[in-house]
Amino acid sequence: MTNALPPPVEVRGLVKRYGDLTAVAGVDITVNTGDVYGYLGPNGAGKTTSLRMMLGLIRPTEGSVRLFGRDPQESVRALEGVAGFVEAPTFYPYMSARRNLELLAAYDGADATSRIDRALQMVDLQGRQRDRVGAYSHGMRQRLGIAAALLRDPRLLLLDEPATGLDPAGMRDMRLLIRRLADEGMTVVLSSHLLTEVEEVCNRVAIVRSGRIVYEGTIAALARGAGTLYRLATTNDGRAEQVCAAQPGIEDVRREHGRLAFTADEAAAAELSRALVEAGVLIRELAPQTVTLEDLFFSLTEGDGAPSVPEDPEPLELAT
Amino acid sequence: MSAIALRRPRAAAPSRPGVGTVYRWELTKLRYQKRTYLGLGASILVPILFAVAIHFHHDRHHGGDFAFSGYLDRSGLAMPLVILLFGAIWMFPLITALVAGDIFASEDHNGTLKTVLTRSLERHELFAGKALVAATYAFVAILLDGSVAVIAGCIESGFNSLQSLSGTIVSAPKSLELVYVSLLVYLIPIAAIVCIGLLLSALTRNSAAAVVGTLMVSLLIQLIGILPGMSGSQPYLLSTQFSAWQGLLRTPIDWAPIIRAAWVCALYGLPCLAGAFLVFIRRDVAGG
Repeated sequence: MTNALPPPVEVRGLVKRYGDLTAVAGVDITVNTGDVYGYLGPNGAGKTTSLRMMLGLIRPTEGSVRLFGRDPQESVRALEGVAGFVEAPTFYPYMSARRNLELLAAYDGADATSRIDRALQMVDLQGRQRDRVGAYSHGMRQRLGIAAALLRDPRLLLLDEPATGLDPAGMRDMRLLIRRLADEGMTVVLSSHLLTEVEEVCNRVAIVRSGRIVYEGTIAALARGAGTLYRLATTNDGRAEQVCAAQPGIEDVRREHGRLAFTADEAAAAELSRALVEAGVLIRELAPQTVTLEDLFFSLTEGDGAPSVPEDPEPLELAT
Repeated sequence: MSAIALRRPRAAAPSRPGVGTVYRWELTKLRYQKRTYLGLGASILVPILFAVAIHFHHDRHHGGDFAFSGYLDRSGLAMPLVILLFGAIWMFPLITALVAGDIFASEDHNGTLKTVLTRSLERHELFAGKALVAATYAFVAILLDGSVAVIAGCIESGFNSLQSLSGTIVSAPKSLELVYVSLLVYLIPIAAIVCIGLLLSALTRNSAAAVVGTLMVSLLIQLIGILPGMSGSQPYLLSTQFSAWQGLLRTPIDWAPIIRAAWVCALYGLPCLAGAFLVFIRRDVAGG
């Protein structure tokens, strides 16, 4: 008999339709305890809609969301230990930051009030706590949004593009804060279209495209996938294509920008070079392409799902 | 952002927020909003202006052609009753709509609905707290207006007895009591206006539309009452119920219009309240 606790986030078959428009088209994700989980996708991919469903703000057309095993559609009690914000955090502009936090703490329960000072200190807003939120900059509101989330002493933090609109220093501070919260044991789900943000703070990602997950896994696995793309230029590309197709370990052979491109591991690529020479094809260029997470992101969210070679890449290696 | 650990041991049994929490904080929020003072200011200013107008009126001993108007210069207690008659046309519906029409729509305007709905409150608790505050505001405005009218009227015309609508003389203390009971009876149609405001606020998600819409509904109902051939509908119009308090100023007290006001206003108010509730409970918070 297993005694495993349910994961912080378990989403199955999540669909949201608005009339003919499908905003989210069957999302499945599992976020485990301690993850800093990046929910990555271009604008309009369905990230915010998914987060809204996770927080119980909108009803799924199909599918289910479980936060620590509880359904946020059934009761707000499912949000115990959960905090966050979708889109920009919002507050009552005519009240001070502190007054807003007092209101939210009251709506959270009595012991949340005792965390206000610490939360304000954590986001460096204690000096401006008496100012009306209406006079706050976007960055200060983002920080206040984090403070408001921390009042709930969450075990799971759901943040929708927390660094959007921040200046470089603000973005760095936000990343450091998220990292520190994760180090303290908090599970974080972070939607973003900023790849650097995700690369720096997340250990796992889901990449969403047109409401569908096109990749879910670790950054490391994604990075491994990124290193296996090769480009090949020979004296006889037609013959070389035949050799590639027949060679074990060489996959996804295609022509791109006047060269051949394929995916392979290092050993298979070495074997290929030998096979090409034996077939009488001279190699002019055989270069592994270091495909960045950004390249993969664009290939996954814009192309057919296969990473592509940049049009005019710098040759990293030349094998003859 | 400074490196301070926030997490601390959880309290053993933290209290859970409820309708009372929402009610207190919605009242607090009203303190910060100009519209609150606009409505309450009008409730105070109108009786004062009325008293000033009476003071400078040259023909002070006219009879008047509506209830209690002839008594304005003889008893200050007539003034709140006359203002109740005038106020029913648009002033009190507008004051009521200022908060009732805004209370949900402003959350959409500020984008704060998603903020409060991701705390530890159920939607129905938020709805109940807000609805109670909208009603409280309207009730306070009416009672404030009535009290200022009593004071201003008594300063101007004295704390004197009133003649009831049946022609009997009612002592000043008894008249004062009847004035306040009349104000309470007046709250019955006001409660229906609150419900209409709440519905429009939840439906339109736009403060201006909901406030103006509530006033328009109130005026339209009055208009129906004066259309030719519609006199039969008069007893069942919301606007008619604003005169139900006059039953108190007859000898003996005529309870029929008050009882009718209770069920007629319930017929207007309860479906609106239920509609507002369902809209608020079921809506997707895709924007604010």
